Amino acid sequence: MKHSFIDEYSHLNSFIHKLDPRTKLVAILAFILAVVLTPVGNWHIFTAYLCVLIIMLALSKLPALYVLRRSLVIIPFVLLVAVFIPFFKQGQVAVSYDIWIWQISITYDGLLILANVLTKSWLCIVALVLLSSTTKINDLLKGLRQLGTPQVLILIVSFMYRYIFVLADEVMRLKQARDSRNFGGSWLHHMKTVGHILGTLFIRSYERAERIYAAMLARGFDGQVRNLRNLKFGKADLYFGTAFSLILISSYIVWL
Amino acid sequence: MNKVIEIKKLLFTYPDGHRGLAGVDVDVYSGENIAVIGPNGAGKSTLLLHLNGILRGNSSVKICGLTVEDKNIKQIRKKVGLIFQDPEDQLFSLNVFDDVAFGPINMGLAEDEVKQHVDRALRWVNMAGYEQRSPHHLSIGEKKRIAIATVLSVDPEILVIDEPTSNLDPRSKWSLVELLNHLKITKIIATHDLELVKALCQRTVVMDEGKIVADAQTEKILQDIPLLRAHGLAH
Repeated sequence: MKHSFIDEYSHLNSFIHKLDPRTKLVAILAFILAVVLTPVGNWHIFTAYLCVLIIMLALSKLPALYVLRRSLVIIPFVLLVAVFIPFFKQGQVAVSYDIWIWQISITYDGLLILANVLTKSWLCIVALVLLSSTTKINDLLKGLRQLGTPQVLILIVSFMYRYIFVLADEVMRLKQARDSRNFGGSWLHHMKTVGHILGTLFIRSYERAERIYAAMLARGFDGQVRNLRNLKFGKADLYFGTAFSLILISSYIVWL
Repeated sequence: MNKVIEIKKLLFTYPDGHRGLAGVDVDVYSGENIAVIGPNGAGKSTLLLHLNGILRGNSSVKICGLTVEDKNIKQIRKKVGLIFQDPEDQLFSLNVFDDVAFGPINMGLAEDEVKQHVDRALRWVNMAGYEQRSPHHLSIGEKKRIAIATVLSVDPEILVIDEPTSNLDPRSKWSLVELLNHLKITKIIATHDLELVKALCQRTVVMDEGKIVADAQTEKILQDIPLLRAHGLAH
């Protein structure tokens, strides 16, 4: 079975792709921090951030539509959390409704914060899409490891990435087996079947984990994870790192 | 010829009380190709898991003169390359290179040595150039070959393979048989595939219900239709 995966365009060959994953990780984290820390309403700075992202996207040769589509995934989640802000924020009232005995009003300040939250989260997610689409997951994890992320977290993510599609295939097969024997029945009965599928999936995953562990032991695993260190900083990393920090610092100076 | 595997009265009971092995005796000599055949649940896989100490019954297994116990386990796992039935379990890394390099890295080899071992192992199984591929996107035949490479990369003396040809189409199967035929090391193969047994192994061990019921030359066993029928290997 083929599934799409998060590092779909990571095989492309561009300036951004060739940077050391650590450079990209630090740059993107710094970028996100800068975006989050920018005070409300500084639209010209947000525009500057967007320009930085657009330049990087252009350099990375990623299809613009793909990045846009991926980045919009986050919007519903942000809305879910932030949609009530305009109703609760104090300030000058923009519109006001009377619903039976309640009066509901939306304030300008609240709307500004909502727009701000949406902009910030969208900029951050575009930056993350840029990172994950230009770096092979393997290199990304290696970079994270060398930047000091605990090994156990790296292992969890790497096993998850390796086996999530195997599990997805297993779920699909279980569902097909259910559907081909499904002759109606009550809603309650269906829920019971879903429970059985989940249970089966858990047991299968557990047993697979034991087999994988046995396979690791068979090849000399003794609890210590060893890696080859083959990430290298190049001149490109130096140029990119310097340029990127200059941009972030200058946006701060502009704000002052 | 020297004995590479010596098993005497091996007993093993699973934690749930199910008896896996009920007294297995078998000796394997250097350079032999042995098939272990038997119906489902006969204890073939259980026996194989004892050969490098993943399971330990009553510690009556000796590999190259070394008893399978904690102090020898590292050496034994280097000598015995165990290939699991489902390559999805065998290949747990994010790309082929890391998977094949896992064994050599655990042996503590230096970086360029690791690369040499990986290159050589991949060339042996005709999969050079697959280093950066993700295991999930390979065909089953390719996965099986890479799984063999992950074990060959540590230069084992004994290759132990569980169901090498299950789920393979005839073409992949025969190319795998050819590949195994070219590897000149001791091989122990658990399978139901009698064509494979005939093509690859000189000696055959028949197992049923945790015991060895026959141990002879392959030709003799394969001609003994009543024996095969009694143990679910012919109809």
